[in-house]
Amino acid sequence: MIQIENLHKSFDGKDVFRGISLDIPKGLILALIGRSGCGKSVLLKHVAGLIKPEKGRVVVDGREMGTARGKALTALRDRLGFLFQGGALFDSMNVFENVAFPLREKTRLSHNLIQARVLKELENVGLSGSEYKYPSQISGGMVKRAALARSLVGDPEIMLFDEPTTGLDPVTGQSIIELIDSCHQRLRFTGIMVTHEIGRVSPIVDRIAMLHEGVIWAEGTPSRFLSSEDPVVRAFLGDAVKEMT
Amino acid sequence: MFEIIQRFGAATIEYIRRMGVMGLFLFKAVLFMGIPPLKFVRFLKQIRFIGMQSVVVILLTGAFSGMVLGFQGFYSLSRFGSDAFLGPMVGLALIKELGPVISALMVTGRAGSAIAAEIGIMRMSEQIDALELMGLNPYRYLVVPNLLAAMISLPLLTAIFDVVGIFGGYLIGGKLLGVGAGTYFGEMASYVEMSDVMEGIYKSFSFGVIIAWVSCFKGYYAGIFTGFGSEGVSRATTQAVVLSSVLILVWDYFMTSILF
Repeated sequence: MIQIENLHKSFDGKDVFRGISLDIPKGLILALIGRSGCGKSVLLKHVAGLIKPEKGRVVVDGREMGTARGKALTALRDRLGFLFQGGALFDSMNVFENVAFPLREKTRLSHNLIQARVLKELENVGLSGSEYKYPSQISGGMVKRAALARSLVGDPEIMLFDEPTTGLDPVTGQSIIELIDSCHQRLRFTGIMVTHEIGRVSPIVDRIAMLHEGVIWAEGTPSRFLSSEDPVVRAFLGDAVKEMT
Repeated sequence: MFEIIQRFGAATIEYIRRMGVMGLFLFKAVLFMGIPPLKFVRFLKQIRFIGMQSVVVILLTGAFSGMVLGFQGFYSLSRFGSDAFLGPMVGLALIKELGPVISALMVTGRAGSAIAAEIGIMRMSEQIDALELMGLNPYRYLVVPNLLAAMISLPLLTAIFDVVGIFGGYLIGGKLLGVGAGTYFGEMASYVEMSDVMEGIYKSFSFGVIIAWVSCFKGYYAGIFTGFGSEGVSRATTQAVVLSSVLILVWDYFMTSILF
């Protein structure tokens, strides 16, 4: 479903990617880990077509993101949901309007249908009763839930999660992970999840890849990855465990 | 020495590149303005914000500008025994020059800064990325409504400024300093022509484009050209106001000297 082939990118003369290749089959979730600043979010933005590669390509369901323009790019993005690290909710709209926004703008559904669908989605993420609150009036966990509802309301085939639990307490973080898992069970989307919390997400992901020094340093199933003997992976896992404790 | 030349060259190239990006930004905004659908609700909101909510400040500045012109004009003209021409002097000064320029500067300070800050915060908090990822065009949502609203609002605000200013001038010249209403308004009708009014309207229309263009551009590229975080937004806002104000005055000079 998602193929990343020999991706290169640099910013201000500094190489961020030096030939990244990844293949994510349909319906599976890949957790992308790596030290802060190694380019995980940049990779997600390449997949979303927000950043163009210097060399190499990102192919989503047979279509290249880097060269897609206009209607072709819009068609690709219509199949894609993105959960931003900070939620990226429109701060001048309340929660209901935020979730309804893509439906109002992209579909010809009636007002009643949109309302029913938004309320259902908000119920799914546990935000019933908070529909008319503004993003500044709700907690970080609720912002993430609302953002998740907005990204899922169009039934995307691909979901990109940028650190979905960052900045949340462990209980709320766990509830977000469980929520993503239940949404995945329901929608069977293909996903990439950028995260530091490897222990917490490993039960719900199918593969784990580690980005290090501009390349995919290690990749495998969660059980294989967590038992890796590679010193870089071990060092990272040690740090990740320390961060969690 | 070579390094200094190299740095100067790189800075010049970067400066020209940014000017190109800014030009392309306006081109895209104008292009999307001509392609339906227009985000009508947002357009009306921006008309209210840029136009309606600027009326009070325009009334105040218009009235006091006219009153000052009334004083200064009367004392200057009376030295030559020409105080009967106070009406045309106030009218022409306001309609051709002060009305469009002061209105534009007021709107820049009130609405331009807010537009830059709003779009800048949207950029920093990834709301513009979110729009793009929904397959929606940020120009259509953020830039076109502001551009259209400013193009419509500025000439109307300028007209209000001119009318209030002319009456402000009459209040001082006529009621306080003794120039008759007939003389004040009669001479004005003789000397102020439709082409003068149109000059003011053309200017205010183009100032509207400048304000919306610069403010939206600075906000849109906050974080890319102005640094990150709240500091980046504050810098974008300051730059939007300064650049808009400078461009208004420069463009005013060119319009006055070349076109009219």
